[in-house]
Amino acid sequence: MATTLTPVLSAHWDADRAWSMASYEASGGYAGLRKALAMAPADLVTTVKDSGLRGRGGAGFPTGMKWSFLSPPDGGPRYLVVNADESEPGTCKDVPLLLASPHALVEGMAITAFAIGCHHAFVYIRGEVLHATRRLQQAVAEAYAAGYLGKDVLGTGFDLELTVHVGAGAYICGEETALLDSLEGLRGQPRLKPPFPAAAGLYARPTTVNNVETIASVPGIVLGGASWFTSMGTERSAGHGLFSLSGHVERPGQYEAPLGITLRELLEMAGGIRKGHQLKFWTPGGSSTPLFTAEHLDVPLDYESVGKAGSMLGTRALQIFDETTSVVRAVTRWLEFYKHESCGKCTPCREGTYWLVAILKRLEGGQGAPGDIELLLDLCDNILGRAFCALGDGATSPVTSAVKYFREEFEAGMHTPADVLFPPENSSLFAYTPRPRAQLAGVHR
Amino acid sequence: MTAEPVSRVPGQRHASGYDEPTRERLLADAAAIVARYPQQRSALLPLLHLVQAEDGYVSPRGITFAAQTLGLTTAEVSAVATFYTQFKRHPNGTYTVGVCTTALCAVMGGDAIWEELVEHLGIGHDETTDDGAVTLERVECNAACDYAPVVMVNWEFFDNQTPDSATALVDDLRAGRPVTPTRGADQVVTFKQMSRVLAGFPDGRADEGVGAGPATLVGLRVAHENGWAAPAHGEHGDGASVTPTDAAPPTGTPGSSAERTPTTPADSAPPAATPRAKRPGTQEKGS
Repeated sequence: MATTLTPVLSAHWDADRAWSMASYEASGGYAGLRKALAMAPADLVTTVKDSGLRGRGGAGFPTGMKWSFLSPPDGGPRYLVVNADESEPGTCKDVPLLLASPHALVEGMAITAFAIGCHHAFVYIRGEVLHATRRLQQAVAEAYAAGYLGKDVLGTGFDLELTVHVGAGAYICGEETALLDSLEGLRGQPRLKPPFPAAAGLYARPTTVNNVETIASVPGIVLGGASWFTSMGTERSAGHGLFSLSGHVERPGQYEAPLGITLRELLEMAGGIRKGHQLKFWTPGGSSTPLFTAEHLDVPLDYESVGKAGSMLGTRALQIFDETTSVVRAVTRWLEFYKHESCGKCTPCREGTYWLVAILKRLEGGQGAPGDIELLLDLCDNILGRAFCALGDGATSPVTSAVKYFREEFEAGMHTPADVLFPPENSSLFAYTPRPRAQLAGVHR
Repeated sequence: MTAEPVSRVPGQRHASGYDEPTRERLLADAAAIVARYPQQRSALLPLLHLVQAEDGYVSPRGITFAAQTLGLTTAEVSAVATFYTQFKRHPNGTYTVGVCTTALCAVMGGDAIWEELVEHLGIGHDETTDDGAVTLERVECNAACDYAPVVMVNWEFFDNQTPDSATALVDDLRAGRPVTPTRGADQVVTFKQMSRVLAGFPDGRADEGVGAGPATLVGLRVAHENGWAAPAHGEHGDGASVTPTDAAPPTGTPGSSAERTPTTPADSAPPAATPRAKRPGTQEKGS
C-alpha cells in the first residue's frame, strides 16, 4: 500500500483569484455554513468530536473535546480566537492558506462560532505577513457584505462579529494564553493554568483558541460527515493535513496528505533529496520537535507513531537537511531564535536559552571546552519541565536530539570550527565564497 | 502640518504632540480601532501600528497619544511597545529589509545573503542607511521555508533569494525604483503605508499578486498528475444529504436550533461507531 495525496484545503489553491469570495463559492464554499446553521449546535460539536479532528497547530488536542470543555453557557459572552501567529521555525502552512483561501478560515470560524455559541470571534494574525493580512481583511469584508457575518447571519437570527487583530512580532504569542494577553493589549506572556481558557480565557470569559488549519478543516467535516474525515488517516490521527517540506529536497512545498504518510513517501513525491546528496537529519514538526534521521524515514507521520519514535508530529513542518549540513550550526541558529523569543517571564527559559546559545556558539567556533556537552544536557534538563510554558521545553528538543544522534559533531566543536568541518557553501542553494568573519562590519554575533 | 519626528536627543525636549488637524484625524482612526473590541485596551497594538503609520516609529508623542486614548499611563504603553519586535524605538527606514537567518533559511543561503548585504550596505542589524531608505534586520522564521532563502521587504515575500538578487533589491529600494514581491502586492509600499494596513485599515491591494507560488501548489500538481484526490463527500454514507450526521430528529426552522436543549442521546453522547470503509487515501502500489 502506498499513500496518496488528498487535497482538501489545498484543492482550489490553483483557481483563478482563489482568494476571492466568488472563486471560493464556485468551488462549493459556504455550503458547510448553510448546512451547519440548519443543525443543532450540539450536533456540530458531536460531529467534530466523532471526526477525530485534532489541533493542527502542533499540540494535537482533540478539537471537539476542546469545544465541549467550554464552561456551560451563563448568558455572558463566549469567544472563539483563531491562532494565525504561525511562527514555529519550519512551519509554513497557514500563511499560504490565508493567501490562497482565506474564506476557508472565515467559513470555519462562522460554523465554529455557531457551534459553541460565540458572537464575537477573533483572528490573531502575526504582523509579519502583510499580504496574508490584506487577503484576510478583504475576505472578512466580503463575508460581511454577503451576510455570512454580522447581524442575523443568512437570516437565521444568529449574530457574529469577526475581528482581525494583527500582532507585532513575538513568537510567544503563538502560545494560547500569551496570545490572549496580547489580544487584551498586554505584553504577550503566558498565563498560569488553570484556569484554562475554556473556563477563563479572553476577558476572563470561556474561550477556545484554535489553529487556522484546524478551523479551516471544519466546513469539510460538516459537509462530508465524520466518517468521511476518518476515512483518511489513521485510527487515532484522522483526516488530512498539510505537510510542509523544506530544505534540501528537489521540490519543497505543501503536500496535503492523510496523517500517517511517511517521509519516504513524501520524498518520492517531492523528487527526493537534492541530487547527489543524502538525508542527514530532519524535523517532523518544526524546530521544537526532536530531530529525526534517515532511520526514521518509514515512521508513519501520525501523532502516536511519531511520539513512539521519540519526537512529536507538531505542525508537520518537515525541515530536511542533507549530509553537507553542520548539525551544530543548525542547532545554534534555532537556539538563537529561542533565546531572542523567550518572553523573559520564567528563569529556566530566559537564562537557560541565553547560556545554551553561549555554549553552542563556542562549539560552532571550534572553541568548546571539555564538559560542554554535559553542560548543554544539564541546562536542558533544568529547562525541560521547569519552564513556564512550552517554549522553554521546545528549545531543548533540538539540542538533546542533536547530541543524541550526532554527539561526535559536538565533540569536534572542541577543536574544529563547524564551517571547517562543513563548509557552508556546500549547503547553500547557490555558489558563494564565505567571508572571513573579522572582515564584517556591524555583524551582531 | 506635522513636524517630522526626530529621535529623542538626551537632554533635549522632544516633539510633545500632534498639531490639531493631525490629532483630529488620528482620533477618528483611534475611535474606529477601539470600536472593534469589547474592551478598549485590546486596541493598544493596532494603535501602536497606527502611531508607526504616522511617525515611522513608536514616537514619544505617539505613546502619549495611545495612553490618552485608552486611559493608560505612558509607562504602561511603553511596557507593551518594548515587548514587540515590530514596534520601533527610533525612526525606521522607508523599507525594512529582513533577511531570514533562522536555521533552515540560514543553511540554504540566508547567512550568505546576510553577509553580502551587511558588506554592501555597510550597516548591521537594526541599523539604517544614511539616506533613510533601508533598515536592515536579521529576521526570524517568516513561514515561507518552502521558498528558502527568504528576504522580507516591509513584510512582503521575496522568495528564493541569492546574494545577487538581494543586493539588486536594496539598490532598487535606495534608488527609489518600485520593487515587486514574489507573493504580494504589485509594489512594495512604504513602512508607514504598511503600518496603516497592520492597524486594520485596508489599502485596497488585496487583489494584487498571485494566489499561490509554485511551492505552495507543488503537492496539488502531483495529485493532479497522478489522478489523486480526497474521497468525495457522500462516499461514506453520512455526508450526501443535508441532514445531521447522527440520528437526531429534524431540527426545525433555522435559528430555533440554537436554543435547543439536548433531547436525544446523540445530543450528549457520540453515536455508535460506524464501520470503517477502506481508506481512500491509500491505493495499491503502482496503481
